[in-house]
Amino acid sequence: MPDIKQQISELRASALKELDGLSQAKELEEWRIGYLGKKSRLTELLRSLASLPIEERRELGQASNVLKTELEAVFKNKEHQLRCGELVAAGEMMDVTLPGRPFPAGHLHPVSQVLSEISDIFAGMGFQVVEGPEVEWDSYNFDALNIPPEHPSRDNMATFWLDSPPKEPEGWRMLLRTHTSPMQVRTMEQVAPPVRIVVPGRVFRYEATDATHLAMFTQIEGLAVDRGISMADLKGTLFEFARRFFGADRAVRFRTDFFPFVEPGAEMAIECAVCRGGGCRLCGGSGWIEILGAGMVHPRVLERAGIDSTVYSGFAFGIGIERIPMLHYGIDDIRLFYSGDLRFLKQF
Amino acid sequence: MKVSLKWLKEYVAIGDSPAELARKITLAGTEVAHIDARGGWQNVMIGEVVGIQPHPQADRLRLATVSLGSEQETVVCGAPNLTLGDRVAFARVGAELIDGHTGAKTVLKPAVIRGISSAGMICSEKELGLSQSHEGILVLPSDAPLGASLADYMGDVIFDLEVTPNRPDMLSMLGVAHEVGALTGTAVGEPVLDYAAAGDSIETMVSVEIRDTELCPRYSVSLVTGVRVGESPAWLKERLAAGGVRSINNVVDITNYVMLEYGQPLHAFDFDKITDGRVIARCAREGEEMTTLDGIARRLIPGTLVIADPMRPVAVAGVMGGDVSEVDGGTTSVLLESASFKPASIHRTVAALKLGSEASRRFERGISPLITLPALKRATQLMVELSGGTAAAGVIDCYPGQEERSAVALSLSEVKRILGMSVEMPHVSRILTSLGFEFREGPGDEFAAVPPYWRSDIRIPADVIEEIARIIGYADIPYSRLPSALPESLVSPMIEFKRRARVALKGFGGSEVITYAFASEETLSRGLNCQPEMLPLRVANPMNPDQGCMRTSLRGNLLQVLAANIRREEGPLFIFELGRVYLRRAQELPEEPEMLCILLASAGPDKRWHGRKEAVDFYDAKGLMEGLLGELRIEATFVPGHDPGLRPGAQAAIMADGVQIGVLGELYPEVARAFDLPAGVYLCEFNLSAALPLVRDLVYRTLPRFPGAERDLALVVDETVAHHQIVDIIEQFRLVTGVRLFDVYAGSQLAPGKKSLGYNLSFQSPDHTLKDAEVDGVLGAIVSELGTRLGAVLRT
Repeated sequence: MPDIKQQISELRASALKELDGLSQAKELEEWRIGYLGKKSRLTELLRSLASLPIEERRELGQASNVLKTELEAVFKNKEHQLRCGELVAAGEMMDVTLPGRPFPAGHLHPVSQVLSEISDIFAGMGFQVVEGPEVEWDSYNFDALNIPPEHPSRDNMATFWLDSPPKEPEGWRMLLRTHTSPMQVRTMEQVAPPVRIVVPGRVFRYEATDATHLAMFTQIEGLAVDRGISMADLKGTLFEFARRFFGADRAVRFRTDFFPFVEPGAEMAIECAVCRGGGCRLCGGSGWIEILGAGMVHPRVLERAGIDSTVYSGFAFGIGIERIPMLHYGIDDIRLFYSGDLRFLKQF
Repeated sequence: MKVSLKWLKEYVAIGDSPAELARKITLAGTEVAHIDARGGWQNVMIGEVVGIQPHPQADRLRLATVSLGSEQETVVCGAPNLTLGDRVAFARVGAELIDGHTGAKTVLKPAVIRGISSAGMICSEKELGLSQSHEGILVLPSDAPLGASLADYMGDVIFDLEVTPNRPDMLSMLGVAHEVGALTGTAVGEPVLDYAAAGDSIETMVSVEIRDTELCPRYSVSLVTGVRVGESPAWLKERLAAGGVRSINNVVDITNYVMLEYGQPLHAFDFDKITDGRVIARCAREGEEMTTLDGIARRLIPGTLVIADPMRPVAVAGVMGGDVSEVDGGTTSVLLESASFKPASIHRTVAALKLGSEASRRFERGISPLITLPALKRATQLMVELSGGTAAAGVIDCYPGQEERSAVALSLSEVKRILGMSVEMPHVSRILTSLGFEFREGPGDEFAAVPPYWRSDIRIPADVIEEIARIIGYADIPYSRLPSALPESLVSPMIEFKRRARVALKGFGGSEVITYAFASEETLSRGLNCQPEMLPLRVANPMNPDQGCMRTSLRGNLLQVLAANIRREEGPLFIFELGRVYLRRAQELPEEPEMLCILLASAGPDKRWHGRKEAVDFYDAKGLMEGLLGELRIEATFVPGHDPGLRPGAQAAIMADGVQIGVLGELYPEVARAFDLPAGVYLCEFNLSAALPLVRDLVYRTLPRFPGAERDLALVVDETVAHHQIVDIIEQFRLVTGVRLFDVYAGSQLAPGKKSLGYNLSFQSPDHTLKDAEVDGVLGAIVSELGTRLGAVLRT
């Protein structure tokens, strides 16, 4: 028996050694016949086991089969290797590092991308996406939103007025909307609660342009009005938005803030992505990045739109769009968004 | 609003760290934008200059001996204002200071200056980081405690508050103190208003008349005689400085101090300059003029409120005093004004005169009229204490606009409805009381809250609910999911339509650009190559002349973008913008159709390996539009176009259902030149709003079950015959399922005036396999029909 074991071991050694030296398909075929064919040494060896006692037969049979499997596998590898060699020799060797033939790759404006993404998230929560006029009446832009003439908030929303006669007989004046909020009123006038909308769109402020200010920028507004809508719903909805948009690992903070068309008013901030709340230059040392203004729709706004504020309640929010990619990518000049510079736009 | 922590602590005890306090104030609605810690100096003590000797080696330096109480040090000092007996800030070796010359932080080391060793330094304001002043050393008040640490004596933390428009009370130290008291559960101590009114009754000397009670609901005055105008004491100057106000003299400083403390702007008149002691609040008259305290002569606007005596206006109410009644060094009697003005009126005045002040900033936010009296009493008290004057007995308080301080009534269930959480009655009571409200409970779950005198922003239940919520903290409000009622459908198909267009164009390789909605009229007409059909809407107050009107076309702005990019890019350029234009309508808001503009151009050859070498042409633009229209499921035809901005003969109008929905073609050469663009720029313009109603439903066709057949057809026709005429005829034959043009030829192999068109035709039947004879029969009929109608012959 040791003799047969020895034979198996020697057979393996010589087979592998010989295979290693082969370089022609013909030689490989000869090797296969010699080691794995019907009349090969391995087959003979297996046959010779028949005369052995059952236990030895089992042990040696197993060893021979292992060898056979191994030799078949190395044969396949060698065969593939030789075939590859042939194909290389027959064909051309590509330089895979050369550039590919360009396919025209387009780019959507980062503001379009963010607007779509945010609209989709709110659509997924049952909000309907609607749009409104960019040229508005002051009545919708201000008065109906609890911003009477000479309210200090009008100073914060410096306005572009249009050179157009006031509407008769109301005396309304035409302006470029300073926020997307007029659509809150327009929608509530149009349909009865429940209302659940988001309004993407461009807005205008009479502001000198610099690295952080533009006379035209983009917002998305949200409004939900129904019986029994509370601050808890506001928090839940906006928290869910933040989780889907910014990721579940960013902490969210709500604080009191003031906007004339909501009461109570709120602001939502998310943990700064750079310092994770520790305070850095990006977040001005606070550890938080302000993302949106929000609040419970002011009873006067509901009443003006013909909704009974003792029965219905709602929340509204507004998100500045350009800030989001600016903070995310570290863009330091807001003017780039509307410069049309393809070196900027093609990065998105 | 700059709030000194040291000053704040006069009214309310504070245990929190500055950072924690700032966090609480911020979360409750007033953002603390900056915390500026002043001080933290180590090894800087208060010393007294007890000896000055000349420096033996240098004329401009002196040796100062500084006593620190128990010990003395001698240092070299170059300051011109070094004076024997002054209290100074003395830095020992090891102190961290700011280098007076470089402004960099530095640690004081022992030094030998011109042969004399110096064991420390007497500091300037700049070296302590207090200001930029490095002219001389900082001189401390003479009562500064000798040997004490400067950090303990002068250190402070300044909070910079960004106050929202609804909270004028937060523009006052007491308002902030009450806020902090409520947030930390600490009691607030207001100043005790008590002074000797030793003079005659004010009524015998002063009269007040309010002629416009709408603009001036309340006007209160006091009178102090025997005043000595002079410098304010150090503590007062220090507090004004902390609040960012410049010290002028004790009288003016007191009015400013009380404004910072109570939030109520006050004005001091030199009483002797008020004719007959009569003060009148009235509207300015046509043509009236007055020189304000800033020395500018101003024409007053009729309808804005002034304070006047019987002769002339003496102040612009609530904004700025006039020089005719100004307190100066010779003033001995001071009339103090504490009034309530209508915010809208102040706003109008500020806007008309372009004149804002700390006072107007507060009035514009609507200060509670209830503050006038406490603030007036406080100022009178300080006048008596600090100017040596005598207060007249009593005050005059004209209050025609008096309103009942009304209680806001609400219920716990209302609180729950809005906040989405229950708050118990004792909790509500505790919160509102801590904010200074008067709280009344019952019946049932109802309660009423009377706002404190310093709050003008609490009027309706929602205001009170916000107070409850912000003191509890928004963080404690739970998160919940919106109710599931289904809103009425407001689906706006345009939004999806625009998105499909955008995504398709991106897929074709376009880069989306967004330009301003404004344009100059010149750019607009330059882009259109004619005056706009419709006069554009003009902006009444444009930021600059380039943005003088609302665009009626996307072309001008987008061509400018292309021109800027074409210099920087290479190879084919493909940009597009999707946005609105604004078309004027009488008495209505403008129409705002959604437009798409596409520009294709070649910025030189694409030098990239494998890059496209040939320039873009008309058929690129057309293919692009065909692809887009297919994506949008709009069936359109292209007919020769007549757009003035495009090259004649190289442009097509895009028609669908008899309506023109767009145009495409090569830019008119002069238009290209006007935008500094090369030839070969192609423009497509597409009106999405006009096209949206024409979108076809997707029609599904079952896949063919029987094999089809193909035939090629080479035709010779007159040059004037258009491709679509041929296709229209072929497509009318049964079994024809596709017509593809594969070749167009005109040249020497054909007779002059002729062209050859090669078509590949597909035939298919829905119900049987086509036989050759059947196909050839149809083909023959087609050829004959083309021959009859268009004079086409088969090319041989």
